[in-house]
Amino acid sequence: MTNEEIQGIFFQECDEGLASAEAGLMACRAGEHDGETINTVFRAVHSIKGGAGAFGFAALQSFTHHFETVLDLLRGGELALEADLMTTLLRAFDVLSDHVAAIRGAGSAPDDAEVLAMLQAIGSGERPRPAVQAPPEPLAVAEAAPGVDLSFDLDALLGGLEAGDLDLGEPAALPATSPWRVTLRPARGALHNGGEPLLLLRELVALGGEMQSADTSQIPTLDRFEAEGAYLGWTLTVPGHVNRAAIEEVFEFVAEDCELRIEQDGVEPEEPPAPANALPVDPPPSSQPEAATNVVPIKSAVPEPVKPVQAPVAAATAGQTIRVDLDKLDRLVNLVGELVITQAMLAQQLQDCGQSAIQQLTDLDHLTRELQDSAMSIRAQPVKSVFSRVPRIVRELEAQTGKRVRLELEGEATELDKTVIERIGEPLTHLIRNSVDHGIESPADRIAAGKDPEGMVRLAAEHRSGRIIITVEDDGKGIDRERVLALAVERGIVAQDARLTDEEIDNLIFAPGFSTAKAVSNISGRGVGMDVVRQNVQALGGRIAIASTPGKGSVFTLALPLTLAILDGMIVSVGDQTYVIPLTHIIESLRPSHGEVKRMGPGQHVLDVRGAYLPVLSVADQLGLSGAADDPTQAVLIVVETEEFGQAVLMVDAIVDQRQVVIKSLETNYKPVPGCAGATILGDGRVALILDVETLVALQITADEPPLLRRA
Amino acid sequence: MSKTILAVDDSPSMRMLLRAALTERGYAVAEAEDGVAALEWLDSNAPHLVITDINMPRMDGFGLIEELRTRPRFRDMPILVLTTESSDEKKARARQAGATGWIVKPFDPEKLASAIRRVSH
Repeated sequence: MTNEEIQGIFFQECDEGLASAEAGLMACRAGEHDGETINTVFRAVHSIKGGAGAFGFAALQSFTHHFETVLDLLRGGELALEADLMTTLLRAFDVLSDHVAAIRGAGSAPDDAEVLAMLQAIGSGERPRPAVQAPPEPLAVAEAAPGVDLSFDLDALLGGLEAGDLDLGEPAALPATSPWRVTLRPARGALHNGGEPLLLLRELVALGGEMQSADTSQIPTLDRFEAEGAYLGWTLTVPGHVNRAAIEEVFEFVAEDCELRIEQDGVEPEEPPAPANALPVDPPPSSQPEAATNVVPIKSAVPEPVKPVQAPVAAATAGQTIRVDLDKLDRLVNLVGELVITQAMLAQQLQDCGQSAIQQLTDLDHLTRELQDSAMSIRAQPVKSVFSRVPRIVRELEAQTGKRVRLELEGEATELDKTVIERIGEPLTHLIRNSVDHGIESPADRIAAGKDPEGMVRLAAEHRSGRIIITVEDDGKGIDRERVLALAVERGIVAQDARLTDEEIDNLIFAPGFSTAKAVSNISGRGVGMDVVRQNVQALGGRIAIASTPGKGSVFTLALPLTLAILDGMIVSVGDQTYVIPLTHIIESLRPSHGEVKRMGPGQHVLDVRGAYLPVLSVADQLGLSGAADDPTQAVLIVVETEEFGQAVLMVDAIVDQRQVVIKSLETNYKPVPGCAGATILGDGRVALILDVETLVALQITADEPPLLRRA
Repeated sequence: MSKTILAVDDSPSMRMLLRAALTERGYAVAEAEDGVAALEWLDSNAPHLVITDINMPRMDGFGLIEELRTRPRFRDMPILVLTTESSDEKKARARQAGATGWIVKPFDPEKLASAIRRVSH
C-alpha cells in the first residue's frame, strides 16, 4: 500500500471524524450531551491531529492541537459549556472542515487566525500549568505571542519530539574523542512491565559499546532471591564520537527506574583536562522505595511462555473499502451495459432461429442482470455526503438572519447514484436556504404566533418504489398565497382573472422568473430562483413538488431516479416505431372494452378506470406518427402516473416486451427531443426512444393553456 | 517465523502507517481498532509486542494495558504506547499503567524500530 493510499484512508477518516464531531457538537448545542459526547468530539479532533502530523499537514496539525486543548479542558470539567464557548466550538469546527477540505485539495487553507486566537485564549485562560513540565510546551510559545507564525509552533513541537523529554542541558559537548563510560544499575523492578535490560545493553553494543564489567555485588543469597528482581549492574564503554543524546535515548524508557551514569571517560593527553561535563543522572528519590514495593511474590514469578503466533492478519477492520478511479467505474458500467445489449441481441437471434428454450441462455440472462446490478451498486453512495454539508449551511444562515433553526436529518444512509449525488447538492442547498430564509419566521414572530421560537427544518431521504424521495420540510409560515398570486399576475405569469387552486398557486413559485423576496436577500436571492431548482431536478430525471399550509410550513418533495444509466422499461410498438416506457411510471396496462372509453370530441377520449376518468393520450399523435391505431378500443392502453399531472393514459399499438434497457443520452449523441428522455439499443440492434412520460403528458394537457394552470 | 505485533489504534490510517513500517522490517502485523477489540484478539493470540494508541473509544490504551497487566499471560509482554504528547505527564501515566515504553506520534519509522528493539527480542 502506497503512502498516497494510506493518505486516502486518512482523508476518509477525517470525513468520519468530522461527521462524528459535528454530531457530538450538535448534541451539545441541543443540550443532549454527556461526558462521552465531548469525549467523542475530542477523539475525532485528536485523531485528525495525529494523522495531520503523520502526513505533514502542518497548518491542520497546529489548528487541531489548539482545538483539542480546549476540548480536553472541557471534557476534564475545567471549562463549562456555555453559549459563548459553544459558538466558538462550532466556528472552530467549521474552520476545521475547511482545513480538511484544503488538504484534500479543495480550496486553499482557511484563514484561521481569529478562531485560533479564540481557542488559544480559552486554552490558556484557565489551563493550570503542570509543575513537572520542564520544557515549555509549544502551546506556551503561541500564548506568549499570539499571531506568531504558526510554523514556529510546529517547529517547537517537532523539536520537542527529536529530543524526547530529555533535558539536554549541556553545551554541545567537547570535541568528544574520549570514550563514554556508561554505568547502569536497573532498579529492582526493572523486569516488570516487559522491561528487559539485556536489550538495552545490546543497543549500546550496536552503538559500538563494549562491556567492561558486571557488578554482581547486589545478588542476594538464594533464600532472599526474587525471580523477577533485577540485581545486576554493568559498566560499558561507548566510543566518544557517539552523541550523548543517542546513548540517553537507549535508556529513554527506563531512565526513571534505574541508576544511570553517562560520563566521558579519562583525559586524552593532548586534550585540556575535561571539565566536569559528566552529568550523572541520578534516579529520582522516589524511585527507590517505589521499586522496593514493586517486589512480586515468588509464587507468581514464572511467566507463561509467550508463544509466537502468525498474525491472522486482522484486516477486517480496515480493508473494507478501496478507492477506485471514477473513470474506471464508468467504463465498467458502460461495458456491462453493452454486455446487456449484446446478450439481448443474442437471445433475440436465437429465438428467431427457433432456439429459444436453451437453459444456458436463461442463466446468462440472470447472470448479466446480476452483474449489472452489482456494477450499478458500486456507483451508489449514501446521500450522507450531501446531507452532511447542510448543518453548516443552516448554522451560517442562523448567524446571518438571527433566526433559530433546529435541523433534523433522516435517512442519510439512503443510497443514490454518484452522479445524482453530485448534482443534487446545489438544488438541495437552495431549498434549505429557501426554507430558512423564506419559511422560518424570526423568533419574535414565532412567539407571537404561539410557536416554539426555534424553527425546524427537516431533511429526509427514503427509497420509495424505485425512486429516491428527498423532502425538505419546515414549520415556518408557509407560502403567502395572496402575495404569490399578486406577483404572478403582476409579472404576467397568470391571467388577472385566473381562478387557481391553492396547490396551483403554491406551484407558481417554480415558474420561470418568479421571486417572492421583497428585497433580494443575500441568502436565497442569488439570481437563482426556484425555477432553476426545478430545472436542475428535472435534468436529473427527477420531479419536484411543494405542499404548503399557511402558518404551519411547507414541504418540498423531490423524486429522483436511483440511477441515470439503466431503467426497467416496457417495450411498446406504435405504428412502425418501437418505444420504451419507463416502468416507474406505469400503473397498469389494459385492452379496454367499449364501455370503458368515452369519446369527448374528435380524437379525444377518457378512460374509465374503476370510476375515475383519465385522459387518453395518443402517443402517435404526440410524436406525429402515422399508421398507428386511433381507436382506443383497438389499442393497448397504459395507465401512467406523473408527479405533476397525476394519472393519465397512453395509447399504443402493442406491448412487445418488458426489459432493462441501457440509457443512451440523446443530448450527448444527437440533441434533446421533447417527449423523449433518451434512447436505447434493443436486442435486434435497433434504436428505440425512451418516452419521457412526464413531458408527454404535460405537452398534451397544457397544449393550449399556459403551464401550471391546469392539473388533471 | 516472523514476530507478530498487535497494532491498536482507532484510526485506520495510523494502523496502516504502523503496518507499512513494521511489515517492511519483517514483522507480522495484526490490528485492532480499540482496547476491547484488542482484548478479544488477545484471547486467542499471543503477539510479541503490543503497540497501542491512548485515545480510543470503548476502551482506551491505559485501560487496555492495565487490564493486560492483570493477566499472567501478558504480565511480561512488552507494550509500547503511541502518544501525540511528549510530556512527562503522559509518559509517567503510561508507565504507571504498565507500559514498557512509548512512541511519540508522528513517528519516524527508524525511531519506531529502535523503540521496538529496546523492548523486544
